Amino acid sequence: MDSALLVHRIHFAFTVTFHYLFPQLTMGLAPLIVVLKTLGLRRNDETYNQAARFWAKIFGINFLMGVVTGIPMEFQFGTNWSHFSRFAGGVIGQTLAMEGVFSFFLESTFLGLFLYGEKRLGPRAHWWSAVAVFLGSWLSGFFIIVTDAWMQHPVGYARAADGSLQLSSFWALLLNPWAWWQYAHNMGGAVITGAIVMGSVGAFYLLWGKFEAHGRIFLKVGVIAGLIFSVLQLFPTGDGQGRLIAENQPVTLAAMEALFVSQTGAPLVILGQPNVEERKIDNPLEVPNALSFLTYRAWKADVRGLDAFPQDLWPQNVALLYYCYHIMVGLGTIFIAITVVAAFLLWRGKLFSARWMLWILLLALPFPYIANTAGWMTAELGRQPWLVYGLMRTADGFSKMVSAGNAMFTLLGFLGMYTVLGILFLFLVQREIELGPVSELSLHH
Amino acid sequence: METLWFMIVAAMVAAYVVLDGFDLGAGAIYLGAGKTTDERRKILRAIGPVWDGNEVWLLAAGGTLFFAFPLLYASSFSGFYLPLMMVLWLLMLRGMGIELRAHMENPVWVGFFDLIFCVSSVLLAIFFGAALGNVVRGVPLGADGYFFEPLWTNFRVGTDTGILDWYTVLTGVIALVTLTAHGALYVAVKTDGDLNQRTRTVALWAWPLQLILTIVGLIATCYVQPTVLDNYKHHAIGYLIPVIVFGSLGMMIYAIRKGEDKLAFVGSASYIVGMLVGAAFGLYPVVLPASTDPAHRSLTIYNTAAGRHGLTVGFTWWILGMILALAYFTLLFRMFRGKVRLEGEGY
Ligand code: HDD
Ligand code: HEM
Ligand code: HEM
Repeated sequence: MDSALLVHRIHFAFTVTFHYLFPQLTMGLAPLIVVLKTLGLRRNDETYNQAARFWAKIFGINFLMGVVTGIPMEFQFGTNWSHFSRFAGGVIGQTLAMEGVFSFFLESTFLGLFLYGEKRLGPRAHWWSAVAVFLGSWLSGFFIIVTDAWMQHPVGYARAADGSLQLSSFWALLLNPWAWWQYAHNMGGAVITGAIVMGSVGAFYLLWGKFEAHGRIFLKVGVIAGLIFSVLQLFPTGDGQGRLIAENQPVTLAAMEALFVSQTGAPLVILGQPNVEERKIDNPLEVPNALSFLTYRAWKADVRGLDAFPQDLWPQNVALLYYCYHIMVGLGTIFIAITVVAAFLLWRGKLFSARWMLWILLLALPFPYIANTAGWMTAELGRQPWLVYGLMRTADGFSKMVSAGNAMFTLLGFLGMYTVLGILFLFLVQREIELGPVSELSLHH
Repeated sequence: METLWFMIVAAMVAAYVVLDGFDLGAGAIYLGAGKTTDERRKILRAIGPVWDGNEVWLLAAGGTLFFAFPLLYASSFSGFYLPLMMVLWLLMLRGMGIELRAHMENPVWVGFFDLIFCVSSVLLAIFFGAALGNVVRGVPLGADGYFFEPLWTNFRVGTDTGILDWYTVLTGVIALVTLTAHGALYVAVKTDGDLNQRTRTVALWAWPLQLILTIVGLIATCYVQPTVLDNYKHHAIGYLIPVIVFGSLGMMIYAIRKGEDKLAFVGSASYIVGMLVGAAFGLYPVVLPASTDPAHRSLTIYNTAAGRHGLTVGFTWWILGMILALAYFTLLFRMFRGKVRLEGEGY
């Protein structure tokens, strides 16, 4: 592989993966904060407002990280993927510009009002500013997903005389069926992150024996939202995505499942290591016929394996793709299990004293992040070797003028910068959690 | 259609420079003008609720550039690779400096973030000025419309250019002085007492420098890129632009002397807009001149624009988006109008 290409790919993958650690929490927390604010208004209970204010602070820190790591993303299409930008800019320029014009303005304006304007605005207007922040963040997720979905499944374009792609139908772009499934699934993933983080902090307070009133609210909201969205994540949204892939990117599906040989009644591999050299799974633990059923709703359906496609159309990294996909689905199953049990305990009134469950919820904190990251890696690795599916190969899209050495320089710069950012972030959030929801100490300096 | 989008992108860039310009400038004078912790907090509060929204203009302008002129975006962003990445790092440091300081109690760390905020603001102002200088001077475009510029070569303008040469360093310094005055006037509007006095003094000292640099800059530009005069020769209306620029300078000094901070700030804003419009007017329809073979290789609005259908559709949503954005900004600035106080929430 051409080394400049490799550096540019790692550059983009690293910066976008790091970036997405933050938006998933902002997008996930935003609706939950609206829920807290609504309960506060309805029940006229100050505890809910304190809870909302506490999460607003965490939200603020997260948002800042999202902003500073997001700006480089917007630039990198031009800096590192200039041939792609020239080729596809006539189409995806639309959605990226719309994201800036419609969502970032909305979000940044109302976040300022939401964080610093509670006294000036009064409770109702403040509630509206929370809703505006929620809409802004979900709208920005939408435009990004439409962009990514177009790269997965290009629609609404025409070829211009110079070979570049130009928009031919705006509505086809926005109504891309791929985008709507992906959006529903991805936002579900974000709410799962928000819910599990909220529940985890609640569990921490109860185990610690401090801020218990707030901890109980966090647990209640976190567990209920977590349960609803974990289930939706599997069905219909995850299932819907899977079927789009089976239909439009069959070679990707074969690689995700590491199905090397086409077969009737294909098994679903639960565990096992793909052995790409020998084209088989080592140590397999399989459910017979299940893959055929999940994909085509028939136990004996034919599923095409990798052998049905020329090798230069295979995603280059079958093993990593397979693991990422299985990690996501495995964790999704575990989230359903945890939230079902926790919701049951909550319903019986036992959750707040079940220390074993509180420990599980506390320690669940990193896993939605892992699931979301693994999900994106599945999507992006699965798209390979294409940058725009079927139209442009990744190898043709990077900035040919930017040498490997220059790209390496900035990659190292980002690695260093993001290490510092990450440490600061953990330190600040940890500090806010220890200070708790009723402290007036922070933010006053 | 292409001309319309050229004007839109130019207007969005101007909006960015006027808006984020004042908080960059506030950062540049931050350590000098804010002597006590309370004064520094006041400066931060003056920009706190708005700086992120201001920065969004950069993103929206960048996104609109990508959308309307994909080849220009692709070529210039990859060609200015190194300085752009440095701008990104500075923007990150600056955002952290502003926001994280509020979460720190220890004076050592407060001082550290103060320093980061100030230094990154100064460097950003210089970088943005140098960037404009590069666009006016031209870059070594290849036949395929791409180029790559090293940070510097021999500091001479010519065919073998670097990001930094004497001309772009000059434009960088002009930007720094301009934004310093602009930021000082904004802080003057938003504060009272000693801090207000001190920021007026900064603006008063910056003014003669600004005047001299403007004249030097105009002469240097005519020398480096003589073609900028063509549009002025053909369309005499262009001569209004220098009138506006110098008129605004006059208005600034008059208002500073009178203690009319708001008027002075408006003067500074119209000076900035005048300078940018002047550059855009001179370049049009070229958007990135080639330093080698300018007649054939320069990027213009025509050879870089996206397809007609996209541009037409885009205009509809762009208008809608701008109406909304202006409404938000009016609301935001109204909510936080008046002099800043230290009680209450935030910073
Ligand atoms: C589905 C969610 C999602 C994904 C996949 C991405 N982002 Fe993002 N991004 C957000 C969701 C989001 C957000 C939640 O909307 C953020 C977090 C904080 C904010 O301002 O908006 C954000 C911030 C954010 C910002 C800063 C906005 C500001 O200053 O207010 C930029 C420039 C981008 N993003 C650009 C991108 C690009 C070009 C991406 C593509 C690779 C990307 N993001 C992936
Ligand atoms: C936030 C979640 C995302 C993650 C974790 C992610 C992850 C990745 C990874 C791992 C790669 C490298 C693939 C490879 O080199 O084989 C990649 C490449 C890429 N992704 Fe994403 N991605 C995300 C979202 C997006 C979005 C929303 C877009 C478009 C708007 C996008 C556009 C690209 C591009 C242009 C490349 C480079 C070309 C390539 O290697 O395929 N990504 N991404
Ligand atoms: C348990 C059942 C789940 C199933 C069946 C499932 C299925 C899928 C499928 C088929 C894709 C598309 C991959 C591609 O586009 O190539 C995907 C992507 C993704 N998944 Fe899941 N998933 C599940 C759980 C989860 C969970 C629990 C999360 C996070 C909390 C998550 C987050 C994501 C993300 C962020 C993506 C990439 C973006 C996207 O395409 O929407 N998924 N998932």
